[in-house]
Amino acid sequence: MLELIFNDRCSGCGQCASVCPTNVLTFTGNAPQISAPQACQTCFMCELYCPEDALYVDPDPERLHHPDPAQIAASGLLGQYRRDSGWGEWAGNPAHQNEHWRMDGVFALARTRAGG
Amino acid sequence: MRKNTPTLKLTADVLIIGGGLAGTWAAIGAAREGARVVLVDKGYCGTSGVTATAGPGHWWVPPVPGAREAAIDKRLGTAFGLADRHWMARIIDTTWTSLPGLAGYYDFPRDEKGVTQYRGLRGPEYMRALRSRVLDSGVTILDHCPALELLRDDHGGLAGARGWRRQAGGQWQVRAGAVVLATGGCAFLSRLLGCHTNTGDGYLMAAEAGAELSGMEFSNYYCIAAAHSTMTRSMVYGFGEYTDSAGRPVDLPQGPGFTDALGRALLRGPVFCQLGAVPTDLRERLPSIQPNLMLPFDRRGIDPYRQRFEVTLHPEGTIRGVGGLRVVDSDCQTGLSGLFAAGDAASRELIAGATSGGGAQNSAWALSSGQWAGRGAARQALATGTPQGPLQGFNGLGLGQGRGQDSSALLARIQAEVHPLDRNLFRRGSQLERSLRALDNVWDQVQQGPGADDNPLRAREIVAMAATARWCYRAAAARRESRGMHQRSDTPAQSPAFDGHLRTGGLDQPWTRLDAFAPLEAHA
Repeated sequence: MLELIFNDRCSGCGQCASVCPTNVLTFTGNAPQISAPQACQTCFMCELYCPEDALYVDPDPERLHHPDPAQIAASGLLGQYRRDSGWGEWAGNPAHQNEHWRMDGVFALARTRAGG
Repeated sequence: MRKNTPTLKLTADVLIIGGGLAGTWAAIGAAREGARVVLVDKGYCGTSGVTATAGPGHWWVPPVPGAREAAIDKRLGTAFGLADRHWMARIIDTTWTSLPGLAGYYDFPRDEKGVTQYRGLRGPEYMRALRSRVLDSGVTILDHCPALELLRDDHGGLAGARGWRRQAGGQWQVRAGAVVLATGGCAFLSRLLGCHTNTGDGYLMAAEAGAELSGMEFSNYYCIAAAHSTMTRSMVYGFGEYTDSAGRPVDLPQGPGFTDALGRALLRGPVFCQLGAVPTDLRERLPSIQPNLMLPFDRRGIDPYRQRFEVTLHPEGTIRGVGGLRVVDSDCQTGLSGLFAAGDAASRELIAGATSGGGAQNSAWALSSGQWAGRGAARQALATGTPQGPLQGFNGLGLGQGRGQDSSALLARIQAEVHPLDRNLFRRGSQLERSLRALDNVWDQVQQGPGADDNPLRAREIVAMAATARWCYRAAAARRESRGMHQRSDTPAQSPAFDGHLRTGGLDQPWTRLDAFAPLEAHA
């Protein structure tokens, strides 16, 4: 579930509150707040759309883990999804091209291995 | 709902409810006909629905002699009589001609040979592209505007819908000559990635207006994921080595028997997986293929190639199931004039039969049925004109003050019947009847209106899920045989007595009706 908002990174664009499909965030003044944490479906869309990498979603959809903000900020995990998706400043970066088309080949490789 | 905020009132030719894959294609199809179109989304058109978080392939077969016929023949083999080759051919063709039209909105990559790859798209980029194209088509999008009920005019004709502006405050009302329901399927708020917008709202609204559903017994598809995660992306699990708590190997056959075998193993105890067999060069590429796939491992500090991790099965209900609103013509109109259904809101029996169409067939269906429904709705609305006079709803449950049990308690009672593997994946008649009695008790509470504070959407979602659960199990109990994904231990064989489509509907008294297959027509 969405656990952390890094106000020092947030630019106040409000995009996270707009794009959250389950309305977890409220945008008041110039900062987002996690107003309905239990409504989070752990889909990571807010992270993907945040140009400042100011949000952190823990992968557990069942309970909050209250991660340590300093640890997360130092972990390199912030912005991981957006970078690997090649969004924003990562667009055109050869290390983060869209290779989704390889998916069928991966499924086929797994089948070959299983002898199926 | 604050009574003093003025209602946003709009007039359109076509109202589209739901802005996922089917809804956006429907908007494009309707606008192409010159209709004024409004699209309302419960969340945000672009991230709502199960496509945005996934990476759908499409049923993608080139028009070379014999190829499509062969693909259809193969798929008919697991449809067990419930699919139609002409509908299959229609979605293959519509998909083939439509996807290249997204160039300019979606950056279709090329493979090593320089061939442009259209078949599979990344979900977030696909939905972002569709949102842009919908806006460029002149469609009005209302985000965070869940629909609460359909509206009718003085003559009882369908006339639009009304709902809640959950971020802006107040209500909205759209007066429209035709409505497309693209509200998705229903997984009863499971942990399936991206499914929490899909709670069966469209089924409920349509049934209140008198529409029928079909194939609701085929609603028990499950998908593997790492335990305590939502990442239902199955791509790497074919490489998995599976063990039980004691570290003993669990033999899971790859292919169609995988889910059943995993389900049986999970009923015996925890199952663990290790991905050591994933080739090293592929490991490095995975984030570029599916950027969200590894997020749960990286964030939990698990190395899935060297460490075992627990796996589970997440229920998909009618999402990768088959059942939904029955469409009665080639425009995907429901039995109700002016009401159309597309994507997972509609039954996919016509293209998948009794076995899940999986992501590829279902995406081709959403893209195709969306455009057909949008076009059909536009033509009908432009021919009949805008409904006039006062509008009223269909007296839906949960729209007034809630006096019943708290919505979270009701949700838990619904999930307790439809989520467990030994109640839904593995079925038997006596358990289905027990679950139906439990769901009848839930319905008694629902009739008093679920208590949901000041969230009118949550109350309606509970009503929709309670109704959907009853339709699924009423149909499953009525189909006293096993066919496709519907497997019953008390009736393990397929029976010619059930060669037909099970229709269902009704709210206080759900009913079922078996429509036997029409005698084979001499299709050219």
